[in-house]
Amino acid sequence: MRKLLLLALIASVGPLVSAPAIAQNASNPAQVTAEPVLQGGAEAGADEVLTGTVTDDSAWQDLGIAIPAFATDRETATAANAEGTGALGLELAQVVYNDLRNNGLFRPAGPDGLPRPSYAQITAPAWASWRGRSAEMLVQGYVRAAADGRLTVGCYLYDVALQSELVREGWVVNASDWRRAAHKCSDLVYSRLSGESPFFDSRIAYIAETGPKDNRIKRLAIMDSDGANHRFITNGQTTALSPRYSPDYTRIAYLSYADGNPRIYVYDIATGRQTLVTESTNPTFAPRWSPDGTRILYSMATGGNTDIYIVPATGGTARRLTDSPGIDVGGSFSPDGRQIVFESDRSGEQQVYVMNADGSGQRRLTFFGGRAGTPEWSPRGDQIAITYIAGNFRIGVMNTDGRNLRLLTNAWQDEAPTWAPNGRIIQFFRTIQGSGETAIYQVDLTGENERRLRTPVGASDPAWGPVLP
Amino acid sequence: MNRYLIALTLSGALALGACKKDPPADIPLPPRDTVAPAPTPAPAPQTGSQPGSQGHFSTAMAGADTIYFNTDEFNVDSADAAALRRQAEYLTQYPSARATVEGHADERGTRDYNLALGERRANSAKNYLVSLGVSESRLRTVSHGEERPAAMGADESAWARNRRAVTVMIGN
Repeated sequence: MRKLLLLALIASVGPLVSAPAIAQNASNPAQVTAEPVLQGGAEAGADEVLTGTVTDDSAWQDLGIAIPAFATDRETATAANAEGTGALGLELAQVVYNDLRNNGLFRPAGPDGLPRPSYAQITAPAWASWRGRSAEMLVQGYVRAAADGRLTVGCYLYDVALQSELVREGWVVNASDWRRAAHKCSDLVYSRLSGESPFFDSRIAYIAETGPKDNRIKRLAIMDSDGANHRFITNGQTTALSPRYSPDYTRIAYLSYADGNPRIYVYDIATGRQTLVTESTNPTFAPRWSPDGTRILYSMATGGNTDIYIVPATGGTARRLTDSPGIDVGGSFSPDGRQIVFESDRSGEQQVYVMNADGSGQRRLTFFGGRAGTPEWSPRGDQIAITYIAGNFRIGVMNTDGRNLRLLTNAWQDEAPTWAPNGRIIQFFRTIQGSGETAIYQVDLTGENERRLRTPVGASDPAWGPVLP
Repeated sequence: MNRYLIALTLSGALALGACKKDPPADIPLPPRDTVAPAPTPAPAPQTGSQPGSQGHFSTAMAGADTIYFNTDEFNVDSADAAALRRQAEYLTQYPSARATVEGHADERGTRDYNLALGERRANSAKNYLVSLGVSESRLRTVSHGEERPAAMGADESAWARNRRAVTVMIGN
């Protein structure tokens, strides 16, 4: 499995390395037909839904889940796997297993080492054989290839003790999007068992880094939430920084030094075209999308003073939102689009402030010792993540009124938090003291399950997009 | 593998040489051209020594092309002022020269804030040069934030060398 995954990464990286801004986007993530092929809920009356938030004691995390290979109705050739739908069924189960395991969710047992159910058993599990394996829950699925190459993937979640089906769903996808079907299955299982919103079927934009500290090559790159389907977007000839996916995943706003000055571009993924967000030759940086994707926040420095502006994403007249004589920078919208949290040093040092979306009502939020920067509003609206600076740089979360600061990490330099679509996991990047090498890490809102995200080379400035429709 | 091939070739050559007697001492060199050589053209002006060029400027400044700052600060102190005076004198002496002031920050800051801080520092240096009589139209600024460190270490002495504004000649 690992070997196959690696091959997929190399294949996608190879031909793109030498080209300038990449034009094609073969697997458009927007084309999944989320038509549920099978609908259904719990058949038995027993309500085994385990509710509660991640911040609770999380007893459900000890739940054993068996995820055997998905079955296929008949062995068919598919573009998704050179060995056909049978081998693809194993891969689908492995993606689901890795999704749950890598995020510390439940006690999953993956397809390797588990018996492979037959196609008929997917909808009629062999209960006896699962009961003996200390798996309280069972995930089974199937994959079928149609004549036009599209795949139908079905996903079923069963309670082994009660011998009942909890939920099922199916998706029709292009062969190149097979991993998305697996992530949808992970999301289905995760949501049903935890009560949380999904997040696996999503993508991350970030900056890929290579080279020594004094000659660091920085390239814009994108990947799935588990690191698969990786693609470089720029070729590193000029530095790219701080990317942000548009909420509909069609564009990426980012900072580039392509003409020698820091300027913000919007890169259209389908066409490969780049547009300048603003014509001003003043330094512009820190681009952020509004929740509806129609406007872009950015920071601009003039004469030693930096302020936050907002402009229509398609271009037009920018409007200035802050005007304090200091550095006002960044900005993150509340999910309802009504407020913006940003950082300012108008008090003498970096702190977090909030304002209405029109720039009115600016007031300071953070009043604890130490500095606070890079605020990011959770997609759930209930928390704000920050970089907390007091000696070391640590990832912190606080309530939207600035209280109840909790520090989630503890290393030399962790910064730039970004939220998973369900507002329960945070990604950030960590810099190693000395070498200055960077990597993307994840941590739960509880501070647990801190883990490094696998990327081809060094990585910084992660930006997690929403769940794909 | 290559070393073995070369060794084989050498030993082969030696073996061959041992068999021959009276090998030619040297292959005679082709006769020298006795025609007088064309006069060498005057050496092209090296860009490094052209007044107003970056090479000429940085040699003349001998370090005064860079000023330094304390953490989170962007003010011109007395050492900075002395360096900037020398820069201004140079710019006055070569009135067609134009320059960019690059502002930098150390890595011990968040990325976007450091871009803003770099611009502040570049702007401070530029303003001081203007106050010394350099026309603002000859000066540009750019911020590199923390992206272009001069010192690679991860301690205060390295960071102190990275918190800087560097004046660079444009063109030439």
